[in-house]
Amino acid sequence: MSTANDSWAIEVKGLSKSFGAKRVVDQLDLQVRRGEIFGFLGPNGSGKTTSIRMLCGLLTPDAGRGQCLGYDILSDSARIKREVGYMTQRFSFYEDLSIRENLEFVAAVYRMPRQRTVVDEALRELGLSDRQKQLAGSLSGGWKQRMALAACLLHRPKLLLLDEPTAGVDPSARRDFWAEIHRLAASGITVLVSTHYMDEAERCHRLAYLAYGKLLAQGSPTELVTTSGLSTWTVIGGDIDRLQHELLQLSASEQVVPFGNSLHVSSADGAELERQLQSYFERPDLRWTRDQVRLEDVFIHLMRGAADNYAEGAAR
Amino acid sequence: MIGRFSFARLGAMVRKEFIQVRRDRLTFAMMIGIPVVQLALFGFAINSDPKHLPTAVVVEDHSAFSRSLLASMQASDYFDLVETHARIDAAQGMLRDGDVQFLLTIPTDFARTLVRGERPALLLEADASDPAATSNALAVLDPLVRSAMTAELRGPLASLATASAPFEWNVHRLYNPEGITQYNIVPGLMGVILTMTMIIMTALGVTREIERGTMENLLAMPVRPLEVLIGKILPYVLVGYVQVLVILLASHYVFAVPIVGSLAWLVICVLVFIVANLTVGITFSSIARNQTQAMQMGFFFFLPTILLSGFMFPFRGMPHWAQMLGEILPLTHFLRLVRGIMLKGYGVAESWPNLWPLMVFTAVVLAIGLKRYRQTLD
Ligand SMILES: Nc1ncnc2c1ncn2[C@@H]1O[C@H](COP(=O)(O)OP(=O)(O)O)[C@@H](O)[C@H]1O
Ligand SMILES: [Mg+2]
Repeated sequence: MSTANDSWAIEVKGLSKSFGAKRVVDQLDLQVRRGEIFGFLGPNGSGKTTSIRMLCGLLTPDAGRGQCLGYDILSDSARIKREVGYMTQRFSFYEDLSIRENLEFVAAVYRMPRQRTVVDEALRELGLSDRQKQLAGSLSGGWKQRMALAACLLHRPKLLLLDEPTAGVDPSARRDFWAEIHRLAASGITVLVSTHYMDEAERCHRLAYLAYGKLLAQGSPTELVTTSGLSTWTVIGGDIDRLQHELLQLSASEQVVPFGNSLHVSSADGAELERQLQSYFERPDLRWTRDQVRLEDVFIHLMRGAADNYAEGAAR
Repeated sequence: MIGRFSFARLGAMVRKEFIQVRRDRLTFAMMIGIPVVQLALFGFAINSDPKHLPTAVVVEDHSAFSRSLLASMQASDYFDLVETHARIDAAQGMLRDGDVQFLLTIPTDFARTLVRGERPALLLEADASDPAATSNALAVLDPLVRSAMTAELRGPLASLATASAPFEWNVHRLYNPEGITQYNIVPGLMGVILTMTMIIMTALGVTREIERGTMENLLAMPVRPLEVLIGKILPYVLVGYVQVLVILLASHYVFAVPIVGSLAWLVICVLVFIVANLTVGITFSSIARNQTQAMQMGFFFFLPTILLSGFMFPFRGMPHWAQMLGEILPLTHFLRLVRGIMLKGYGVAESWPNLWPLMVFTAVVLAIGLKRYRQTLD
């Protein structure tokens, strides 16, 4: 059984969820292509985990509908569970079971053929063959994360849902992790990964940005940058602290962010910003360059708009 | 194919739970500790040799015999004579209020009828809510009476003193008409200990997964509720049997309780009872939101079980409504079963009336647990 459009791994419309009076996910529309790495971004508490849980049937949406791997998310969650690998934000394997016992449990629950071989292979790939008897609880953060990923992949899922997999993991382990994710995507697995690291956002094929439970933007990193309409300037020299203070006073400057000994100035209205910066351009002690808009600028821009809307909505 | 119960998945659950039980020191401590502590506590109470028990005597026979009996009772440190010449109604009030444990009545003309060889009766009324004390009291009193008697029966009457029973004991056990003795208490303890440990251990089963965060993972995998619940119950059956073994060994070697009936049949009936309690625990666990709530439910169940099952108070002495409630509880039926099998040699036929209620109870409780088991995190 499959729906009309087979190219979407995930396609949901109007997904909403409230806890008590609080609307945690509000009218979420999401489309994820098969085989792509889809980044799910948003500050803490923006509803990423809640959305992912609704996708794999762990939470029932209050409203909305959609499909995941061609199965209805409302009525077919049992099937979804068998073809999805979900890696929870918090390590949720059994800490009082050894690495091997955890993997064996997963293999048995999915009723895999040749379980012993499957587990042996997974352990070898993980590089944990000689530590397989160690209790999972005694592993470091990075190793726990790798073990969890291996366990989620054991039953050869078609879709991976990774909830902040790299939180609290050191940079080199993060790099290895992303290399692995790209390898998986290349082999045809769809990956939806939530994060709040900007450098990770850049590594995704497409992104969705969530704040206060609302989807603010969706698209490839370049699409997001272009549609944001932002312009950014970088300036070096002078008294950076004072300059930042002054530039913030300008009505057109939206963000004035220091980076090392330079300042990053960006605005949604590029022409007006240039006009207001004219006097600064002429100062001999400052060196101005037109810069590329970065995803971070886009997200902060989006957040501001959302915060204003949210405040208005609350005030009304 | 997806909705169906899978023995392979159940096997995975059982294996996982079994490893976890094995690694959990608390479970181990409870498994051995609770039976030992409880047996020691109750066993001590049973075996203790109580002294200075408050006693009242109603003397209606003012004879040398009475004086001599009173003197020797006074000398014995088993009795504490609170009242030696009480009026009968006042003395009975004292017994009722718990001021005295025993009330001995020496009836009018006791000595005279004794001398005539007419086998008079001494009346001992006992507050038998402490059942062990009563049988001890008789054991102490009887020789006292006999020696007081010998002083009375001299010369030609001496032959009477050596006769097997020149007088009778008329014993009234009050407040415990079933006369529960230590033979009854040790088998009963098996039921109480199993109820307590089985429910507490499983009541934490599902909530522990929730609090450790492992529930999210478990729910994301294709396990069925029935597989989870049964998987969490089965390893504890073994734990229950370890406890049963400890208790049976203790009751045989320490308390010398006989097992009249078939040991194999007892082991089978114990299984039914263990499963009933495990089901209660796992159902609490799937209803409760956290471990504290699960524990509270466990204790909430435990209290009426102790009070209304016939362990604490004789079942037939309870008011009708309490008996009705008691009939629902697994321990009520198990007490009848275990006492029946161990002391009276119950077989299958005699056990059945108390076996099927346990099975019905288990099925109903499991159905509730399955209905309340949350398959999402909502
Ligand atoms: N089970 C729950 N009950 C009540 N509130 C919840 C629950 N789960 C999440 N929330 C709230 O919903 C909001 C969004 O949470 P979450 O989806 O975890 O965000 P994120 O993953 O983006 O950090 C938070 O404010 C959180 O406190
Ligand atoms: Mg989260």
